[in-house]
Amino acid sequence: MNKASNMIDVPLREIAHGRTGDKGDRANISIIPYEAEAFAYIADQLTDARMRDAFAHRGVSKVVRYDLPALGAFNFVLDDVLQGGVNGSLNLDGHGKSLSFIAMSINLRVPAELVESARKARETNESSV
Amino acid sequence: MRRIIERDRFMTKQVFHVGNAAGFSTDRLDSAAPVVAALIASGAPSALFFETLAERTLAFAQRAKLADPEAGYTPDLEGFLRPVLKDCVAHGIPILGNFGAANPLGAAKAIHRLARELGLESIKVAVVEGDDVREGLRSMQVQAWEEEALFDVQRDDIVAANVYLGAQPIAEALALGADVVVTGRVTDSALALAPLIHHFGWTADDWDRMAAGVLTGHLLECGAQITGGYFADPGYKDVAGMASIGYPIVEVSDDGGLVVTKPTGTGGRVDTRTVKEQILYEIHDPANYLTPDVTLDLTSVQVLDLGPDRVQVTGAKGRPAPETLKVTISYAGGWLGEGEISYAGPGAAARARLAAATAQQRIETQYPGIDIRADVIGLVSIFDGDTGERAKGMQDTKWEDVRVRIAVNTEDQAVAAMAAREVETLYCAGPAGGGGVRRTVTPRIKTASCLVPRESVQPRFRLVPADE
Repeated sequence: MNKASNMIDVPLREIAHGRTGDKGDRANISIIPYEAEAFAYIADQLTDARMRDAFAHRGVSKVVRYDLPALGAFNFVLDDVLQGGVNGSLNLDGHGKSLSFIAMSINLRVPAELVESARKARETNESSV
Repeated sequence: MRRIIERDRFMTKQVFHVGNAAGFSTDRLDSAAPVVAALIASGAPSALFFETLAERTLAFAQRAKLADPEAGYTPDLEGFLRPVLKDCVAHGIPILGNFGAANPLGAAKAIHRLARELGLESIKVAVVEGDDVREGLRSMQVQAWEEEALFDVQRDDIVAANVYLGAQPIAEALALGADVVVTGRVTDSALALAPLIHHFGWTADDWDRMAAGVLTGHLLECGAQITGGYFADPGYKDVAGMASIGYPIVEVSDDGGLVVTKPTGTGGRVDTRTVKEQILYEIHDPANYLTPDVTLDLTSVQVLDLGPDRVQVTGAKGRPAPETLKVTISYAGGWLGEGEISYAGPGAAARARLAAATAQQRIETQYPGIDIRADVIGLVSIFDGDTGERAKGMQDTKWEDVRVRIAVNTEDQAVAAMAAREVETLYCAGPAGGGGVRRTVTPRIKTASCLVPRESVQPRFRLVPADE
């Protein structure tokens, strides 16, 4: 697990999935690892600050991460990221429905085996959680 | 002793099925029939609900009611109910829906008309009211919502103000023997919790059961979002049968155990992933999901794969509900003007950028300081900030089919229309090869939230006679 030679950079999408929800000018984005083993890597690297950087160009003011180890998931809450929200935004996607895929593009450094096992888990639709 | 006997009676029907057939007002109209068929086939006591009331929907419904006093309920009400009303009544499956919107009584009358048309002699339709506090809001003890500034309830452009009612009045309406319960604003989850309270006799301070019921509603409230909708991602999260996706059913035990499933023979999928995504949908602090019925704590929730399209959900914890109720206030929000035009082939992105800049310059010259945004769809649009900084960094060369979109916010309908019209002028006065202009002018509604003391709200429920 700690062999540096096995560590690779991959987009979050390779090891996790997620969904955006909106309330006013606030969005939440769930991040759900395909494999339980990925939880710790995400917990370690996908910090509030990292998420905030990914959404800085949209004026996000605050990011809070909630960890749900029992469920096997994270919940990020992003304030003021919806450019006014569905009632005021000039963005075509006023709800921010698409935003989970900005998060999915963030790169994490994880063991190559983890990426491979996540890929297999997706294909077989088995979940280790 | 009597309590024990009642308990035994409940044990004989220890699993109750709750189905959902709509997650918003323009959801599919043919989703209910397979759900109802599955509920009937199960032989279990069941209920069906439709959730059709997003935050702003009620404000638009109020406006519709102002124009026509008979209107103001979900426009597709009849479309939703016609395919299943007869079967549900015949099999004792109550239908619940917040499709009453701004006019629950109007909806109840429409349901009676539909029932007569379908040859149903006498059905019982109940309404739950008391959510509409627009008249009384000014005299209520209003408190600020979270960190927001206290909304000025004295302003005169309020279109709608509605309290989120909980499950209790809906459960009491069911106790009147209602075949259909029509509500206005209630929490989405109350539409699922109410039949559980009614069926199992759960008490209001049985917090863990209230929590299980609210979670049931939360899992179901967005319809297909838990059966593969808002989920499918080819190559990563494959979902078969999207065109015939099945809407969800949750099987609830008296002890609050939940199993999520969907009708056999429908498309879509229920697995631990679809369920986890929906559990966290629109959740902020997962330890404190506030509803009028219970404070739901999701932090101990776990999911377990029970086989194809069956997922068990355990661990919902409840704590007492807040002393205040949430009010959503809708007020006039000006106008959105939009115009779009397409460019394709070599140099498309450069021509689109020129078109966008041209239209933006002309609009800003005529209306200095206007709130405006310009996008080139296909280059980068919905991910970008309002100033288009991501688009500025994109190379033009590889984009051969793009679409310019100009959008403005303004208080003046005529200004919104003129801004949209500027996009159309690009046909003759813009870059080469611009085609496919569409323009729209849309009234906007803004919303704010506040809190009011629970005791200042009086939910009402009653059966509406067929001849009222």
